[in-house]
Amino acid sequence: MGIKSPIEIPGQPFQQLSEAKTLSPVEPPPGYGGEGWFATTLDAAVGLARKGSMWPLLYATSCCGIEFMATAAAHYDLGRFGMERFSNSPRQADLLMVMGTISKKLGPVLKQVYEQIAEPRWVLSVGACASSGGIFDTYSVLQGIDRVIPVDVYVPGCPPRPEQILDGILRVHYIAKHESLRHRDSKEYTSRLGHYGIE
Amino acid sequence: MATPTTSLPGVTQLASGPDEKGYFTLNLGPTHPATHGIFQNILKMDGEIVVDAEQTVGYIHRAFEKIAERRPLYQITTLTDRLNYCSSPLNNMGWHMTVEKLIDLEVPRRAKLLRVIIMELSRIADHLICDSIIGADTGALTGFMYVMEWREYIYEIFESVCGARLTTNIGRVGGLERNFTPDTWAKLDRFLKDFPKAFEEFDGLLARNRIFMDRTMGVGPISGERALAYGFTGPNLRAAGVDYDVRVAHPYSLYEEFDFIVPVGTAGATYDRFMVRQEEIRQSVSIIRQALVKLKDEDPSVYRAEAPEWVLPPKEAVYSAMEPLIHHFKIVMGETEVPVRQIYHSIEAGNGELGFYLFSDGGRTPARLHFRRPCFIYYQAYPEMIRGALLSDAIVTMSSLNIIAGELDA
Amino acid sequence: MMMEETLLTELRRVLGDRILSHEADDVPTIGIKADDLYEIVDALYKDEKLAFRFLTTLFGMHYPAEKGESERLGLQVLLYNMWTGQRLRLTLSFPIESPELRSITPIFPTANWMEREAYDFYGIRFAGHPNLKRILNIETMTAFPMRKDFPLEDLSRDDKDDRMFGR
Repeated sequence: MGIKSPIEIPGQPFQQLSEAKTLSPVEPPPGYGGEGWFATTLDAAVGLARKGSMWPLLYATSCCGIEFMATAAAHYDLGRFGMERFSNSPRQADLLMVMGTISKKLGPVLKQVYEQIAEPRWVLSVGACASSGGIFDTYSVLQGIDRVIPVDVYVPGCPPRPEQILDGILRVHYIAKHESLRHRDSKEYTSRLGHYGIE
Repeated sequence: MATPTTSLPGVTQLASGPDEKGYFTLNLGPTHPATHGIFQNILKMDGEIVVDAEQTVGYIHRAFEKIAERRPLYQITTLTDRLNYCSSPLNNMGWHMTVEKLIDLEVPRRAKLLRVIIMELSRIADHLICDSIIGADTGALTGFMYVMEWREYIYEIFESVCGARLTTNIGRVGGLERNFTPDTWAKLDRFLKDFPKAFEEFDGLLARNRIFMDRTMGVGPISGERALAYGFTGPNLRAAGVDYDVRVAHPYSLYEEFDFIVPVGTAGATYDRFMVRQEEIRQSVSIIRQALVKLKDEDPSVYRAEAPEWVLPPKEAVYSAMEPLIHHFKIVMGETEVPVRQIYHSIEAGNGELGFYLFSDGGRTPARLHFRRPCFIYYQAYPEMIRGALLSDAIVTMSSLNIIAGELDA
Repeated sequence: MMMEETLLTELRRVLGDRILSHEADDVPTIGIKADDLYEIVDALYKDEKLAFRFLTTLFGMHYPAEKGESERLGLQVLLYNMWTGQRLRLTLSFPIESPELRSITPIFPTANWMEREAYDFYGIRFAGHPNLKRILNIETMTAFPMRKDFPLEDLSRDDKDDRMFGR
């Protein structure tokens, strides 16, 4: 009865999990047996879940994108934060990471992508160009993406070191973890979006 | 069945087939994970086959040429960083050589050799990204993860010379800003010891891999004549069979003394571009080793020419002596004499011949500076290369061309 | 600086009196008339000895009105003979009121985007170009940004203090 392992590893009997009892390393004191329970607020539990697996939508435009590739690679691993799965579709993403210069030609595209991201969504502006136009104070460069979309965290640098990008990501995680569940319906949020012309 | 459309409003009429089937229009970009950069392709598809393509670029146009008309010559280095940002030191050195050509400054031999080391390291970094991304686009993500570690080693070497990893602003007019420290030499030695073996592992992952070869051989081909007509230079041209390398044709910075092979492909397809870049990485490692041998005969304290009117003197000298103070003032306030000349200088950058056409009218800032950007010029040929190919072939072709958006739009 | 004799003789042989001026500071340069551009590029391409069959680059210039000269636009064409390594620059200018040149795209397909860039930045029109529209700037833009009178900076910023920016 139970599951039979197809591969018999000598010396390691296959544990019949269907018959196993509760696996607990510590014996509970008498009278306190069972699964146990944990009390918290829904906000905290949902916040923990949200921050632990935030899927980034890459908007890697220029040089900061290469530093982000270095952050995602093995040396400054992003996988340890649960973010190695880059969502390429805005509908499935949580965090919009704008990395690099945004020109005025690209502004409407950025806004459209932001509007397509499903709630809850956060925006991380990586690099000087995304935050404020950077060194390119020209007629063709958007002087900061906060002219078209609301931004949560700004990471300065040209380009920022991977450690700085990780610092920005961790701040977004902090915001996500401590965000109230009603925040997205609140008047301050909708008025903030209304300021940008987003419903 | 898709509605037959042959044109979009605002889009030039794409090629129509003789029997007017129901083609559909697919918009690839501008923000697309597979286009490593911001440029848009509107593809006209017959099922999975690409019939025609039209490109829209300019989504990251930062008006470099106009900014350059407002910057003194030594401040334009920061702009050249951001052209092909995967290999910033190459662009920086090209610009410094342009200014040195303008003012007829002779760079000491050791500084030239140090520059060669920095430039070849940067070329290795650029080709590593391109080749690993070709692999990633065919599904082999391991190569990318493995190879980025070696880019970190190269970044550490750049950091010890100039302080920055990616957009380096490395070098000064006449040489480098500081000498290589013992730490730099140690990092360089470790890199040269460990990298070749790791590189051969990366090569073994892809070069004779049956799946990779099937995905890339004969994909996105271009013949040598068409490549020349389209102004190709660099690895893309060499993959098509034409052995034009600016380091050999118009040598600069002592390249004429180095012994290296210029690898050439045959079919101009994605596999050829991949293999040409792989071989160029090996040749770059060999060039760095030769430079290290040549450096043994040089005075180890020389790293820059004396160009007091172009390079800021050290602050201790500015506060204590008269001449450095005058030079500091002249440089910052723009009183340096700049010759009135019109010069062109080009280098072999990561993607091809990167040229700087500098019109100087004697003023502090250039009258006109034009960047001859290889990406901008050879991306025009992309529709011709993917006509009749599958969509996935189009993606792999694009990544093998190594289109860097910063250089495309500038 | 004077152009070297052999090159000048060959150019004179092919182009005759269409050479308005010549010099050779860094790249040998000949000045030509704006209307002769296509014929000269074609002749240089087809000639067997000169064989300038690679177009390195092509870009526009703006010469603002000063010292009695009227405002002019210009074009610089950089040709290259890959087999001998010889470079040649063609320079031409024309009044700003009539910016129309003949496109050299039939000779060099690579001139397609270069001419679009010259149109985008300076407003130089190329007759016979297959697709002359803006390439790098926003398509609906009306001004030509690389001309000297167009401002560089984004005018919508209101946070810059001129005292700090040294203007």
